[in-house]
Amino acid sequence: MIIAEIPKEEYIKKCTSACAGCSSSLTLRYVLKAAGHDTVLVVPACCTSVIQGIYPNTAMNVPVYNVAFAAAAACASGMTEAFQAQGKKTHVIVYAGDGGTLDIGIQSMSGAFERGTDFLYICYDNEAYGNTGMQRSGATPLGAKTTTTPTGKTVEKKDIDAIAAAHHLEYMATACSAYPQDIYKKVAKALTFRGPTFIHILAPCPPGWRYPTEKTIEMGKLAVKSGMWVLYEREHGKLTIGAPSKAAMKKPLPLEDYLAPQGRFKGIDAKSLETLKQHLAANLNKLAAEEAQP
Amino acid sequence: MKKIATGNKAIAEAVKQALPEVVAAYPITPQTEIVETIADYVTSGQMKSRYIPVESEHSAMAACIGASITGVRTFTATSAHGLLYMHEMTNWAAGARLPIVMANVNRSLGPGWNIWAEHTDAMQERDTGWLQVYVSTVQEAYDTTLMAFRIAEHNDVLLPVMVNLDGFSLSHIMQPLDTVEPGDFIPKIHLPHAIDTKNPTGYGGLTGPDQHFRFRWEIERSMRDSEKVIAATEKDFAKRFGRSYGPTENYRCEDADVILIAMGTLGKEAEVAIDILRNEGIRAGSMRLRWFRPFPKLELAGKEVIVIDRDYSFGYGGIVAHEIMAKCHCDVFSVIAGLGGQEVTYDDIAEFVRKRRIGDEFWFGVTNHV
Repeated sequence: MIIAEIPKEEYIKKCTSACAGCSSSLTLRYVLKAAGHDTVLVVPACCTSVIQGIYPNTAMNVPVYNVAFAAAAACASGMTEAFQAQGKKTHVIVYAGDGGTLDIGIQSMSGAFERGTDFLYICYDNEAYGNTGMQRSGATPLGAKTTTTPTGKTVEKKDIDAIAAAHHLEYMATACSAYPQDIYKKVAKALTFRGPTFIHILAPCPPGWRYPTEKTIEMGKLAVKSGMWVLYEREHGKLTIGAPSKAAMKKPLPLEDYLAPQGRFKGIDAKSLETLKQHLAANLNKLAAEEAQP
Repeated sequence: MKKIATGNKAIAEAVKQALPEVVAAYPITPQTEIVETIADYVTSGQMKSRYIPVESEHSAMAACIGASITGVRTFTATSAHGLLYMHEMTNWAAGARLPIVMANVNRSLGPGWNIWAEHTDAMQERDTGWLQVYVSTVQEAYDTTLMAFRIAEHNDVLLPVMVNLDGFSLSHIMQPLDTVEPGDFIPKIHLPHAIDTKNPTGYGGLTGPDQHFRFRWEIERSMRDSEKVIAATEKDFAKRFGRSYGPTENYRCEDADVILIAMGTLGKEAEVAIDILRNEGIRAGSMRLRWFRPFPKLELAGKEVIVIDRDYSFGYGGIVAHEIMAKCHCDVFSVIAGLGGQEVTYDDIAEFVRKRRIGDEFWFGVTNHV
């Protein structure tokens, strides 16, 4: 039985310098399988800057343009226009971390969305500045310990999806590294649209979240099954929630099942836990209501 | 064709003829007329370029970088705070060996808000690996911009070029402009390291100390090689279109005992001062510094040297004066004048020369002449 038509071609070789159990390089593997060889990856400072290897070697089999932290989307704007000027249909994909998206890169991303740049922006989200040793970012959830929030983050995760949605993108989606076929399908679909598209992918991080490396897929599944992360896509403004999240909405796992295996949530205070639960429920209700709209 | 134009219009006209595939820019006074004119050319179909109206100067340079690495010609323009906001990316452009051409309309830096001419903005880009040239007339702004594309894109250079013109005192003044038909003066761009998805490579990834060090040396080697390319480009420009400038534009320097050095419009104004001084029997000449990077070799042995800086390095001194003192092993009379658009007339400049005190520094309008 064929479960999915996923190409055999590999665009990220086995010689990466990723950490053991890295889910963002797994994610990138499926992103590139969906995009194919006529693709340029624009990468701001993030884990992927390191994962691709050290000059003169590279683990990547598509051109990768590394650029300054705040500059990825603007760089992609220039690249896209230049390819179009030359009559080329090359895919331009920004592959940026959460810090490079929610924090320092948000201006250039918003600018590129507003201008209608024909590109795909992927934010792989490990909920902190992983490359520099797990400092808090705008994507770090409430209560999570990082090296700059040693007693747990006191404010909530920024809702970058709502911000992206405010740009009225023709296509945007969320995904999770534990669901590679879903990533493949969403990337392939995003690339059929003209104009800016956005995919926000949760990418659990063993050293940063403090869980054993072999649990990386399980951690992503727990994020979805607990409802903490919701898989959906919004096409021409119409929201569709993915099957795993639909199931989770009917019968979610307790949030504690997701938090307990992670060292970063160890000793989370009751108030933060309660707030997380309330906001999780509110988010699920909001998305369910939006999906139910005609 | 004979026209009347502002410095800004002259730049836009040259860019229209150089025909970059991509222009990305963000507006800032006093640069706006350049980007407005280009946007109008593009919108009206007079210029088949793509104009990216970015949301910041950081993104303007990032967009130029993204476009340039695909192998196309690119242009942007900025000024003062805009230039400093893109500083991270100006380094990236040079380090990535991208022949981006940028007009920088020299303006002071806040606070307070002051929109008039000063060179401190571009001076803060001194060490980025950009070639820098300072122009003094509308015609020179036009001619130099055409030359800038050819120089930047030359295989022995492949570095970005910044064309500097004084805010308002050149950007907004009207002068005669004789435009040319560039023809093949600017050859088709060929970027040897352009992105090719059929031959995938990495750009700007992790680089160890030894390789990084080698790349920095290669920038410097190309910077040195650019002197020959600049000379050859100017020579060909003179042959085709009858105008030439040189790394410095020298006026009555041949038999001069006293050499006055300045950049931009003050350097042009100095020529009038020289005539006044000559009539008084003072054997003075003007050496207007055009190319600041690469820094040219100046013949100053046995001369009394006066340098006007429209910039300053706090805790150190006039930047041009100190570069000349270091490079030419000479002492100078360092005049700080024209900051924030301060008015400096040819009479003032003549007075700087008459009351020169070699080895001293003088802030015009602040400290008194002896």
